[in-house]
Amino acid sequence: MSASAPSFVQLEGVTKRFGDNVVLDRIHLAVDEHNVVCLIGASGSGKSTLLRCVNLLERVDEGRIFFDGRELTNGKVDVNALRRNIGIVFQAYNLFPHMTVLQNVTLAPKKVLGHGRRKADGRARELLRRIGLEEKAEEFPDRLSGGQQQRVAIARALAMDPKLMLLDEITSALDPQLVSEVLSLVRSLTDEFGMTMIIATHEMSFAREVADRVCFLDAGVILEEGPPAQIFSSPKQARTQEFLARVLAAGRL
Amino acid sequence: MHRFLEAFFSPHAFRQVFPDVWNGFQTNIRMMVVAELLVLAFALAIAVVRGLPGRGAWPLRALAVVYTDTFRGTPLILVALMIGLGIPGLGIKGVSDRSNFVYGVAALTLVYTAYVTEVYRAGIESVHGSQRMAARSLGLSYAQALRYVVLPQAVRRVIPPLLNDFVGLQKDTAIISVAGVTEATIQATNFSSSYFNFTGFVVAGVLFIFLTIPLARFTDHLIRERELRERAQAV
Ligand SMILES: Nc1ncnc2c1ncn2[C@@H]1O[C@H](COP(=O)(O)OP(=O)(O)O)[C@@H](O)[C@H]1O
Ligand SMILES: [Mg+2]
Repeated sequence: MSASAPSFVQLEGVTKRFGDNVVLDRIHLAVDEHNVVCLIGASGSGKSTLLRCVNLLERVDEGRIFFDGRELTNGKVDVNALRRNIGIVFQAYNLFPHMTVLQNVTLAPKKVLGHGRRKADGRARELLRRIGLEEKAEEFPDRLSGGQQQRVAIARALAMDPKLMLLDEITSALDPQLVSEVLSLVRSLTDEFGMTMIIATHEMSFAREVADRVCFLDAGVILEEGPPAQIFSSPKQARTQEFLARVLAAGRL
Repeated sequence: MHRFLEAFFSPHAFRQVFPDVWNGFQTNIRMMVVAELLVLAFALAIAVVRGLPGRGAWPLRALAVVYTDTFRGTPLILVALMIGLGIPGLGIKGVSDRSNFVYGVAALTLVYTAYVTEVYRAGIESVHGSQRMAARSLGLSYAQALRYVVLPQAVRRVIPPLLNDFVGLQKDTAIISVAGVTEATIQATNFSSSYFNFTGFVVAGVLFIFLTIPLARFTDHLIRERELRERAQAV
């Protein structure tokens, strides 16, 4: 694998420990441009940590990560420059509560990309229009529903024109009736823009629909991976079967 | 009873002493304003230093801890005496030739910066780490995340306790009289030792109260407003 040119995103033997706890254990993962990979697995299996390693919010203990033709893990990468190109959206939205929706979306374009106010505001309003929240531009986040806040968080990440999006269980904190508005926004990112994405999710039917590949994480190991049809219809590993049966019982497939 | 009223509330003494005490009180206000501005800036800087990440920054962090521990523990009157009486005798050019006003402000600033540093620090720590993480993940540097995301939220949260410390600072400008600053307390003391009448102290006291009440009410108002807002959000 490492002999040929690396994929758009490539993890090679990535290991991450917190103390004695091995949270990621020699992970190999390759994501091609315009592809969507979904990470599924029980809570605590390492999905969030894997995503956070990709944009260097966590330091990798062993192994290498490549992104867009460059190695990220050799210590020479400008992390701030790297993160401009990788958007991440969190389960808890993490909007900045002291800023309006518009200010949330324009902060990084202004301060990181150096865009002027007119340019940053214009672009942000266009994004907000696309997600149907243009009229909320001057509101503070606590005036928005969870689903609206999460869509703003997605717009905030998109405002940096990332080449890769990492979505970390972005619907897990939402009331069931708000889930679909967020998922349809994510769907439009792949359909309309061919956005490359790594998505950690518990929404199995969504994963089945958008993913090019699904990886099942179990205790820090990618136990099984393949096209969604195969993983969801005929999982090979007993642990995958158990996990899917549990999720099915919880009514989420 | 008459002796008591005469000693503390004499209209005649009031007319005599008021102009001097009022003059002195303006010095208290000037000390207070200058010290508060310096405290706001220095305390923020030291609180930021205390939170610096990485092993390389530990000497700076340690220095900040030693400073806050020292000056939170030392009574202001000792600091005022040490600076006001000690520094002029050292004969250091540019330092030992300052006015007592400068020494007084320096003493107030040293002590209150230590208190307010802790207030800021509590505010910074109350901002959840996920806020910083969200900022960094957008490509903001450590300093930018601090400047635009963490500090604005931290400062907003600590305004009431910070104003409480400033109420203390306002009153403690009276202690600076020991450094020889001609402020309201000194004027009242001088008058009392010449005329054996204490009306000047009452005048100074009332002036301090009038200065403190608005700030205290404003602080209460901010706290109440926040409670209302938080209750509205919880619903
Ligand atoms: N900052 C951290 N410090 C220590 N342990 C952590 C930290 N973050 C995650 N972990 C541990 O790593 C494991 C995987 O967590 P996580 O990546 O959040 O899993 P998932 O997202 O799949 O639920 C868990 O056992 C968790 O307790
Ligand atoms: Mg997680």
